[in-house]
Amino acid sequence: MILQLKNITKTYPGVVALDNVSLDIVEGEVHALVGENGAGKSTLIKTCTGAITPDSGQIVIRGEEFTSLNPKLAEQKGIGVIYQEFNLVDELSVAENIFLGRAIRKGIVIDRKAMEREAARIFEELEIDIDPSALVGRLTVGYQQLVEIAKAISQKAKLLIMDEPSAPLTQTEAQALYAVVEKLKAAGVTIVYISHRMDEIFRLSDRITVLRDGQKIDTINTADTDLDKLVTLMVGRELTETYPVRNHKVSDEVLLSVNDVTGAIVRGVSLDIKRGEVLGLAGLIGSGRTELAEILFGYKPKTSGHVMLGGREISPRLPKEAIAKGIALIPEDRKKLGALLERSIKENTTISVLERISRFFTVDKREEQNIAEHYREAIRIKTPSLDQKIKNLSGGNQQKVIIAKWLATNPDFVIFDEPTRGIDVGAKSEIYALVNELVESGKAVLMISSEMEEVMGMSDRIIVLHEGKVTGELARKDFSQEAIMSFASKN
Amino acid sequence: MNKASSLNNAGNAGIALARQFGIYVVLLVLIIFFSIASENFLNSSNLLNVARQVSMMGIAAVGFAFVLLLGGIDLSVGSVITLVNILAAWLMVNAGWNPVLAVTAALLLSAALGFSNGWIIANIKMPPIIVTLAMLIIIEGVAYLICDGLPIYGFPESFAVIGQGYVGPIPIPVIIMIVIMALGGFILSKTFFGRYFYAVGGNEEAAKLSGIDVKKVKYLVYTLSGFFAGVAGIVILSRTNSGQVLSGKGFEFDVLTACVLGGVSVTGGVGKISNVLAGVLILGVLSNGLVLMDVSQFVQMVIKGAVLMIAVALDCLQNRKSL
Repeated sequence: MILQLKNITKTYPGVVALDNVSLDIVEGEVHALVGENGAGKSTLIKTCTGAITPDSGQIVIRGEEFTSLNPKLAEQKGIGVIYQEFNLVDELSVAENIFLGRAIRKGIVIDRKAMEREAARIFEELEIDIDPSALVGRLTVGYQQLVEIAKAISQKAKLLIMDEPSAPLTQTEAQALYAVVEKLKAAGVTIVYISHRMDEIFRLSDRITVLRDGQKIDTINTADTDLDKLVTLMVGRELTETYPVRNHKVSDEVLLSVNDVTGAIVRGVSLDIKRGEVLGLAGLIGSGRTELAEILFGYKPKTSGHVMLGGREISPRLPKEAIAKGIALIPEDRKKLGALLERSIKENTTISVLERISRFFTVDKREEQNIAEHYREAIRIKTPSLDQKIKNLSGGNQQKVIIAKWLATNPDFVIFDEPTRGIDVGAKSEIYALVNELVESGKAVLMISSEMEEVMGMSDRIIVLHEGKVTGELARKDFSQEAIMSFASKN
Repeated sequence: MNKASSLNNAGNAGIALARQFGIYVVLLVLIIFFSIASENFLNSSNLLNVARQVSMMGIAAVGFAFVLLLGGIDLSVGSVITLVNILAAWLMVNAGWNPVLAVTAALLLSAALGFSNGWIIANIKMPPIIVTLAMLIIIEGVAYLICDGLPIYGFPESFAVIGQGYVGPIPIPVIIMIVIMALGGFILSKTFFGRYFYAVGGNEEAAKLSGIDVKKVKYLVYTLSGFFAGVAGIVILSRTNSGQVLSGKGFEFDVLTACVLGGVSVTGGVGKISNVLAGVLILGVLSNGLVLMDVSQFVQMVIKGAVLMIAVALDCLQNRKSL
């Protein structure tokens, strides 16, 4: 037993984040930790790494008992962690990052060569192809993550905790990550793997622990379970279908028509979206999907081409103008582009309609309360109070608040850019149901997603971009992962 | 919910309360201290005197707080005060304008200077600290050009009312400060554009994507900062009864200190006018009390600097704990 948690309890104001949780991690296993957002996964990790002090309970590392850890102690005891946000310095080289704070020196001079040699050795062991002298800022997210892993290994981590490591990665990068995880396991490193992606959990893990509402529901052998059972354990109720069926037909009326639009990295894109339609936009990262959305929304300038909305040409220069025309964009990066983290749920919900609910410049607070209350009910935002800062919510609930903000503007055309990234299965299916409601009420949706299943499950039609150009269009009956991938990688 | 967490709740509510009113506790402690240390401190005429002394700072602090909320800074506040001071004096004395006209013109100019800051920051995307520093130097130069560095005096008697008059026992500058503070508080808590200040300061890109015209917000905030500095300049002119090129020198740092003491975050997005008032009063009480205790001006500087450092340090420590 490399790590044991015994009866760990941790409370925050108004929330019991961990309620008497006990957990055993066996040496050499890959132990998956799953649960909806807010289930207590992050708190559990932070307990293991010493980032927080539990209210009660013990942490036992190889028989040595602690009531709390601190980050330095955890590191000494061989616990390493890969957080979702990397701790890397963009301006330093790969090797310098790996040995940050522990630089190999010759007297007072840093021995760059030795560090690069040592980094290269670690990469070789893990069969990763990274130049140790490259600047970290130049690497893709996938490679940066591998640098983080190498850093933990160089610190002699025996237990590596990975918090949703595949969330920011492309399909190919994720494959590389899985290979590294398997290498680490073979080398005897124990891994605690947190993820929302069920496929990788089944692929990588030996055992799975399910958390729900701060309690441990069960620990099961991966071989003895299946997807349905696991999802039921996680949400505590049966989810009938992952992608809810839509009971309506796409109308013939074209709502948005994009004609030969160029701008940012988008090159001469043309497409039509009808009322009642979900158009999926697929493509690799960097294919121009997000940029196209941003051009339509007036966030990035278009250099040529025409966009017609409801038969009239529009050319928004600011999001404000696009919103006035009935367009909404739920952006890809929730924290950087979506939420006003320091402000309340209520203020985040109404920020885009403030001027509409103001008289003589003064916000009608009752109306504001009504709007926020309405959406809390309508899309089930879980919070004790609307005055709570949005940063205190779980990822899924934050995303719901951001969606509420856009629904409040009553848009005709809604762009979802990676709407379910890092969100638990329960919240995911709620967001899908919401997309369905939108199109059933005659609105149109453009859905950008890197998750193949999601694009295929939700779209009526898929358009694939590659290097800023449309390379293919698929009708629902022709949907397949292979078809999309071949268009996405074609020149 | 168990007992431990409800206790925890009470504890946190206590901390929240202390955070909200902590600055007033500091103010109270100072007042008690000086009341004991000096017999001349705690009486209505001295306290009104303190209020009058800080009123100019309080007026300018409202605009400055807006700028800080936006995540910017306005170093030109002091020089705007100087220029408004000199220009209004020159218009009244050398050009023979009547005071109302002269004051209006000077205030319009202060707003226009603020707007220029905002326009350059928003459109050329220069860092606010550089834009307003350059503006400071330019404006100061212009003030010297107008008056040749010499004081201007001999205003119509009616003009003195603004800085020296009373309504009942209350000095008019104090009333102006209260009105402007109330206006500032109203803007931040009640109006939609006040909300936008927080939104833009907290996360500019998210604000823009939420449909806020970020440029307009910047124009507005810097214009208000210039305008309120202008008002402070007029009050100073009327109080001292002469236009002086040194009237606003270094004023921006006093105002910055007051805002930061009042808990306005220099990184934007966080702050309240009611606490800025406390920050202003703390500085006022501190200098008044120290003078009454016969503490030398140089020692006063040391103390004020230390107070600023400690106030911000406490805030930083508290923020770190809450993470």
